[in-house]
Amino acid sequence: MNFRTGQALIKLCDENNIAISEAMILRETNYLENNREEVIKKMEHAWSIMKNSAKEALKGDIVSMGGLIGGEAMRINSRRMEGNSPVCGSLMSKAITYAMGVLEVNSSMGLIVAAPTAGSSGVIPGAFLAIQEEMNLTDEVIIKALFNAGAIGYLIAYNATVAGAEGGCQAEVGSASAMAASAITEIMGGTPRQCLHAATSAIANLLGLICDPIGGLVEAPCQQRNAMGVSNALVCSEIALSSIKNIIPFDEAVTVMYNVGRSIPHELRETALGGLAAAPSACGACRKCK
Amino acid sequence: MYAAKEISVFDIIGPNMIGPSSSHTAGALRIARLAKNMVKSSIKQVKFILYGSFAETYQGHGTDHALVAGMLGFDTEDYRIKESFEYAKEAGLHYIFETNSTKQDIHPNTVDIIITNENNEETTVTGVSIGGGRAVIKKINGVDIDLSGDYHTLVIRHKDLPGVVAGVTNVLSQFDINIAFMKLYRENKGTIAYSIIETDQPINEDVIGKIEEFQSVFDAFLIEKL
Repeated sequence: MNFRTGQALIKLCDENNIAISEAMILRETNYLENNREEVIKKMEHAWSIMKNSAKEALKGDIVSMGGLIGGEAMRINSRRMEGNSPVCGSLMSKAITYAMGVLEVNSSMGLIVAAPTAGSSGVIPGAFLAIQEEMNLTDEVIIKALFNAGAIGYLIAYNATVAGAEGGCQAEVGSASAMAASAITEIMGGTPRQCLHAATSAIANLLGLICDPIGGLVEAPCQQRNAMGVSNALVCSEIALSSIKNIIPFDEAVTVMYNVGRSIPHELRETALGGLAAAPSACGACRKCK
Repeated sequence: MYAAKEISVFDIIGPNMIGPSSSHTAGALRIARLAKNMVKSSIKQVKFILYGSFAETYQGHGTDHALVAGMLGFDTEDYRIKESFEYAKEAGLHYIFETNSTKQDIHPNTVDIIITNENNEETTVTGVSIGGGRAVIKKINGVDIDLSGDYHTLVIRHKDLPGVVAGVTNVLSQFDINIAFMKLYRENKGTIAYSIIETDQPINEDVIGKIEEFQSVFDAFLIEKL
């Protein structure tokens, strides 16, 4: 049981009457010959790391290696806790808090799950933990949904790229956003087709996003781009669950993302030679970079 | 090309790693861990020469901590990575970092690791971090190789003579070990050759022992699947 495209994945889900998450579990067990129990256990472990990494930044001061970020998650959280109504509601406020917190943990040499990369590691825990808390979901539901996210990420990695150096931030935060959008759609009762529509929207919305880390570090603008990626995921899931379809199918969107990535000049693909990294204030802000 | 591995869900939801960068931190650790496995006796000193992006941003990415952690055998999930310099001191491992910003015609995330063991013998390994925490060893003691650590791997250093490969594969079949990929590299015809065998099943010390009994074999190393 294997699939190489979104179309093949949908066919598999239809024929077997299964969700995308189950199709991915079957690929991992049947096709890659792994034991189901071990695979689930491994994902439980990943989820426990994700949860810790999302909450760690709320416990105390974090100073990043480069000194560009630290304390942001705590400030967003405090604003909500002090009774200020979050501009975009409690779910979104939590999602961006957690997403930005993970990036703080990552940049201070803390433990995270790269999903799909370290630079985009806040998006999935941010979305999943916020939705778990707001909707009282069990860990079991969340762990299953991580396989849905994994399926989308696998299809992007197989048919395009998830590396910022190759495809820019659209390949990192864009992919993470697509993965989260699809998984949340499944959690909320969406069909496999709706999951792919959500993923497609997420990719389409972030198309062309460059990778321009200040000082070459995974700190800024990465942290806020993760907040944007998680918000985009929730937006796209809401759109897809309302049975709104995309004109461009998922597989074409993935190819488009890859082609756009290849036409992004190399100054804007993780080299820190262009974009915000080359802005006059960028050089002065960075403590450790040259 | 290194042996292409199917993408698993845990390559996407993962690796679980100490940040901040899969290529600059997790990938760097993996290179060092693979290199460490190519030295049998205890390691006294290690010199890292960093190239490209590694040379530019290694401090802000903790690449230096990750490399030392890899030499200590730590996993990418290990909280001790951040304090790996302290652990190296405890373990009596000396380390030096050098940067080379002039060499341009190589992969941007490349490191040379020069390892000196307790008998003052040197092993030089060149590794490349290829993204997503994955790494490839490109050179060992000047011989071009390709080794990813995606499989259980046997590295055999032997004389470039007929019959060695036949003997080795025979031993593997006796132990019921299936070969996934096998590659042979040599510096010059008739001198030292490296056989790299990637297998589906784990390899144990008994296998190594049997292989080292061959006259033409200098030594055999086991590289654990990472």
